[in-house]
Amino acid sequence: MAEFEPVLSRNWNVTDGHTLKVYESRGGYQAARKALTTLDPDKVVGIVKDSELRGRGGAGFPCGLKWSFLPKDRKETFMCVNGDESEPATFNNRILIEKDPHQFIEGILIACFATKANTAYVYLRVEYFHAYKVLEAAVAEARAAGHLGKNIYGSGFDLDIWLHRGAGAYICGEETGLIESLEGKRGWPRIKPPFPAIEGAFRKPTVVNNVETLCCVPHIIERGAEWFKSIGTPKSYGPKLYCVSGHVNKQVCVELPLGITCRELIDKHAGGVWKNRKAKAAVPGGISMGLLSAEELDTPLDFESLRKPGCLGLGTAAVTVMDEHTPIIDYLYNCARFFAHESCGQCTPCREGTGWLYKMLKRIKAGGGRLEDLDIMANMANNMGIMPGTTICGLADGAAWPIKNGVAKFRAELEEYIKTHQDPAYGATTLQAAIAKGAYAVPHNGLPPVINSVPTAGALRSPHSA
Amino acid sequence: MAGETTTATPMLTEAIREKIRAYIPRYPSKRAVTLPALHIVHEYFRCVPYQAMAEIAEILEITPAEVHDTMSFYGFFPQAPIGDVRVWVCRSISCMLRGGEDMLNHACHRLGIHPSETTADGKLTVDFAECLGICDFAPAAVADDGRMFGPLTPEKVDAMIDELKQERKD
Repeated sequence: MAEFEPVLSRNWNVTDGHTLKVYESRGGYQAARKALTTLDPDKVVGIVKDSELRGRGGAGFPCGLKWSFLPKDRKETFMCVNGDESEPATFNNRILIEKDPHQFIEGILIACFATKANTAYVYLRVEYFHAYKVLEAAVAEARAAGHLGKNIYGSGFDLDIWLHRGAGAYICGEETGLIESLEGKRGWPRIKPPFPAIEGAFRKPTVVNNVETLCCVPHIIERGAEWFKSIGTPKSYGPKLYCVSGHVNKQVCVELPLGITCRELIDKHAGGVWKNRKAKAAVPGGISMGLLSAEELDTPLDFESLRKPGCLGLGTAAVTVMDEHTPIIDYLYNCARFFAHESCGQCTPCREGTGWLYKMLKRIKAGGGRLEDLDIMANMANNMGIMPGTTICGLADGAAWPIKNGVAKFRAELEEYIKTHQDPAYGATTLQAAIAKGAYAVPHNGLPPVINSVPTAGALRSPHSA
Repeated sequence: MAGETTTATPMLTEAIREKIRAYIPRYPSKRAVTLPALHIVHEYFRCVPYQAMAEIAEILEITPAEVHDTMSFYGFFPQAPIGDVRVWVCRSISCMLRGGEDMLNHACHRLGIHPSETTADGKLTVDFAECLGICDFAPAAVADDGRMFGPLTPEKVDAMIDELKQERKD
């Protein structure tokens, strides 16, 4: 295989790479010019479809296919760019916007031309203060230079890009949650169908694409679908920005062909596990995707391979490494706390389920765990989410996966933790112990006894009986 | 009546109203300006009081309840004024693994406040955050003027606090 040439990150280390002047001097906006002046929209959709570019935001849905779902007879189309990157440990979109905003704008321009959208909204999470400023300046620059606005390159195509800031809600990264939020409402995901391609923002046909997905588009137009498909592994083509953080020597975002193994990513590109320690586990792509144990680190990080070790998928390809000293309970607790905090509260199994998981893990961590808690958590995890069909969006699946993987892959450690971390404060009260023994309590105030029969075996167990 | 301002003196100045109205042509519905309007008001008052919500509602021709519904869903908008600078210290997975929660506790302990509270001099609000997306600098923090801090150590947290208490950088 020919040596891999980074394209998405090629301007990152260039001085003033974020300016229009430098971007244009390095061949910028040529792909957009080519698309707008020599190709028709359907041809662009066809090229992207042929490249088999899959969405980089998490779900991995084929981008060209998504565009082709738009109704043929539509009058108006909206483009919503999902820059609400909030999946823990993911930061590639932020760097893409901060370091090379014009590549991103060119991607939006080509995608809007292909989908005949004359308005694009970039939904950017509010925490990206710097990225917002950089992008705002870049859009103004592009507009002044005629890359945006009316009759771009004399093609008759008009495009306006508006930046829209979120306000700190993870759920707005879900495409229909994003649309609701854009419309000025709370970010509650919508029941699908209708999918956004048919009825999305402001009830018009809408395309929702991730920042990195759109950044791939100019390169596909410039170099062709065959070039794109020459990179990566079957069904997972093209370059990908991998983020590595946690217990590694060098926390980085690096561009590599899809399908690199988790071990190679850690050892070769992130400088290995810190403090000369060994990896205990790694999160493959944002915490929603589950957990790889140390033995599974040779799994290729692509859209297909991660199902084998029981992970949900590639997600955002943001790897978090945990060293051998990390208690798995800390990982599970952190994940559960995140999802309990970020559940939007619309569907009961998610709102209550994420809260229960958080409370249980908090109790276990504090020394009040019971062995049966592990099965209860696994059972809950199996019953919340789109897959068991109990919620509208995938947040609950993401909340369930760390629990499922963690309990299945590290059960012995969790049982050991529960047994060796018992705090007497969580023990049975005198009354509970008396009831568990079958003795019934006689109140002092002369009222009838609180129970009048012997409880069944195991009806109430103290943590010490486990 | 829906959207009617309740007091004689309006809270939002004409300049702020003009700033909000400038967003209206960008969207097919006025309601879509809710979040931009909340951001504008928040930037000015460092909080979003009820009366401001009612006045936003009037401008956007929706009900105050609709503005409040949206406002209260998001974690960003406080009801009472926050400090001149708000800083978020991340507690999500990558930062947690590298001591993010200790950094948050250290910052709060040094300032004598709890997370989400403001110092008595009104200069600094410290809050926890779920993933700030700057994991390459974990454990990290970001201030609402755009300054990023990391990888943090207790000493760097002290330096960060001193720097943030000086003035905003935007």
